[in-house]
Amino acid sequence: MNNFDLNTIWFILVGVLFTGYAMLDGFDLGIGALHLFTRDDTERRTLLNSIGPVWDGNEVWLVTGGGALFAAFPNVYATVFSGFYLAFILLLAALIFRAVAIEFRSKQPMRWWRQMWDIGFSVGSILSALLIGVAMGNIAWGIPIDANGEFAGTFLGLLKPYPLLLGVTTVALFMMHGAIYGLMKTEGALHDKLRRWAMNSIIFFVVCAAITTMATLLYVPHMAARVRENPWLFSIALANMLAIANIPREFYHGRDWRAFLSSCATMLTLMALFGVNQYPYLVFSQPNPLNGLTIYNASSSPKTLGIMLIIAVIGVPLVIAYTVCIYWIFRGKVKLDRMSY
Amino acid sequence: MDVLTLARIQFGATIAFHYLYPPLSIGLGVLLVVMEGLWLKTKNPVYHQMARFWTKVFALTFAIGVATGIVMEFEFGTNWATYSRFVGDVFGSALAAEGIFAFFLESGFLAVLLFGWDKVSRKLHFFSTCMVCLGAHFSAIWIVVANSWMQTPAGYHLVTHNGVPRAEITDFWQLVFNPSSMDRLFHVLCGAWQAGAFLVVSVSAWYLLKKRHLDFARASLRVGLTVALAASLLQLVSGDSSARGVAKHQPAKLAAFEGRYETRTNAPLTLFGWVDEKNERFLFNVEIPGMLSWLVQGDARAPVTGLDAFPPEDRPPVQASFQFFHGMVAIGFAMIAIAALGFLYFRHGSLPERPWLLWILVFSVLGPQIANQLGWFAAEVGRQPWIVYGLMRTSDGLSKVVQAKVVLTSLILFTFIYFLLFAVFIYLLNDKIQHGPDDADLVPSGKLALPLKPNTNEPAR
Repeated sequence: MNNFDLNTIWFILVGVLFTGYAMLDGFDLGIGALHLFTRDDTERRTLLNSIGPVWDGNEVWLVTGGGALFAAFPNVYATVFSGFYLAFILLLAALIFRAVAIEFRSKQPMRWWRQMWDIGFSVGSILSALLIGVAMGNIAWGIPIDANGEFAGTFLGLLKPYPLLLGVTTVALFMMHGAIYGLMKTEGALHDKLRRWAMNSIIFFVVCAAITTMATLLYVPHMAARVRENPWLFSIALANMLAIANIPREFYHGRDWRAFLSSCATMLTLMALFGVNQYPYLVFSQPNPLNGLTIYNASSSPKTLGIMLIIAVIGVPLVIAYTVCIYWIFRGKVKLDRMSY
Repeated sequence: MDVLTLARIQFGATIAFHYLYPPLSIGLGVLLVVMEGLWLKTKNPVYHQMARFWTKVFALTFAIGVATGIVMEFEFGTNWATYSRFVGDVFGSALAAEGIFAFFLESGFLAVLLFGWDKVSRKLHFFSTCMVCLGAHFSAIWIVVANSWMQTPAGYHLVTHNGVPRAEITDFWQLVFNPSSMDRLFHVLCGAWQAGAFLVVSVSAWYLLKKRHLDFARASLRVGLTVALAASLLQLVSGDSSARGVAKHQPAKLAAFEGRYETRTNAPLTLFGWVDEKNERFLFNVEIPGMLSWLVQGDARAPVTGLDAFPPEDRPPVQASFQFFHGMVAIGFAMIAIAALGFLYFRHGSLPERPWLLWILVFSVLGPQIANQLGWFAAEVGRQPWIVYGLMRTSDGLSKVVQAKVVLTSLILFTFIYFLLFAVFIYLLNDKIQHGPDDADLVPSGKLALPLKPNTNEPAR
């Protein structure tokens, strides 16, 4: 089969959408995870407003990723979403709570009111990150799929140690990402606090990443198979390790912006490694590998993939253009005013 | 209860709750464009104050709309996996297009609309408001196109993979412009404009009653009543055209809407009544002879297909379809009357002296919301027993691996969350209304305060 067909392009595009989601919504989920560490109301508002103008645009990456998955690989969308039913309902509940908490929190001055939404925001953010990681972990580990392509497992079966480990690693990654983003948007005492948390979350993430790497090599050998067979692909793993190593370096020198870019590069290379080893599978099947969903047996027709590619070619540059504009308009440190959350 | 019933209740409940908010965003979006446009044109600060106040209300509805909308994007897969496999090739593309063309546009420029007042120039801010409004309309376009394809499938063919058939695109533009999509889009948009306009009318009328923020209330009423009246009249045109489309493309649905069991010429139009589904007749009804034939065929003597043309297993629930549809139509006419009365007395200048009418206007906000809900119920219940009209039955679209207790759990969870959200929404909305517009907004600040001289920055030619 042709190595660079429409199915492969869509495999990459769906990957790009979810990577975009991780890099963008990753930091605002991370800010949410750190939110309860601040005690002071102004500090909490500053953190909220650091993501205020951008969080819902970031969430659109997930919505569009879901839509693209539905359109390009409907069988994956159907199997995974119906199979992970409870997990996705929990994820949705968590996303709802954190979204409305951002909007509602500062609308009333009462202490109990703000405390309630602060908890909703933080718990919702942590739970979202955890569940996204658990879902990724299950897809990498392999889920039971029957001959008709239907999920044949249970909800509790999804909570195996490896997916849970990936869940915790995702929380750590987003916390680190969020803390570094926060550094760019804050100043003064809050900035100093964030430096300490960023330090801790970098350590937390590096430890998690090391454990995950070891666990993957030992217990999930198929997630390293392609790199093993094609040594030149080790360059991605190398780039990933260098990107991770560069985060504390830039952080130490106080170059927050470059630390943030390194954190983005970490996510990009992690997703690239994930994709390279998954390809051409979208979902591995365990215990019967032959039932796995691939970019061929789960895809839409070539005609639809072609139409969608035209839509993407028109749409994605526009999306990138106004995303850049919005981040440019709202660049710099957060200043609270009467429009703020 | 079985999985199918639970899955339908859960999906219906989550989408009905979601649908309270997008129409408000679309409608308020149009009004924000009008208000800000008037401000730029007339430089009257009260329009600036209006734009600022209604932007805050817009933000509230938008946040809940986004939060509850993500659920919809996932629920096709969770509840209707077999359906998703069947239609992904067609339906999925419309959803993906919605994400790329509509949601990014909307959420990106929303940032400038909400937080950019002091950061960008007036013109750029106005441009952002227009883009948010456009994005909201785009999202309506794509989702209505997707849903209309389920009502009147077009531009596809059935292909069998491993013994399982599925729909695949043959012509993208036929899919987009399927027989019902444009009628239904126009109908949905008119309903959304009404929802936004009557909210503005309602709040302004209440301020007039309470003799508060009078300048603000009058200016808001002028804009609100004009849009409300225009949208209500357009809705009449759109509803008529939509119904004729249903008669042509989904005759079983029209027969259920009208409670017609028997195919006949000179079909009467039932104004209201109660259907006895068991004996296939009305228990009581008030009807106009020949009117239905005239409305849908243009000729009072023309035949209208009744439910007798369809085997019982292909018929939608008649009582529910009939009542939802007639409820929607009745409210539609009431909205025209209310908007017209309000508009006339407002122009005459005597509206503030007529508290009875002001009270009607205060409660008019409920009209479009209820009608929008009933209209969707009618559209979806009337399509039954099909999930894709004529192609796939709802019972065949269900996820195969999902158990009743799991769906029930999610139903209870969402019901709890949505009641909480609704209570908080009403509480915050009421709080904003009680607080009223901010007088500080009468004086523009930041970059907005800069004089509006478009040519000063350009080099002389």
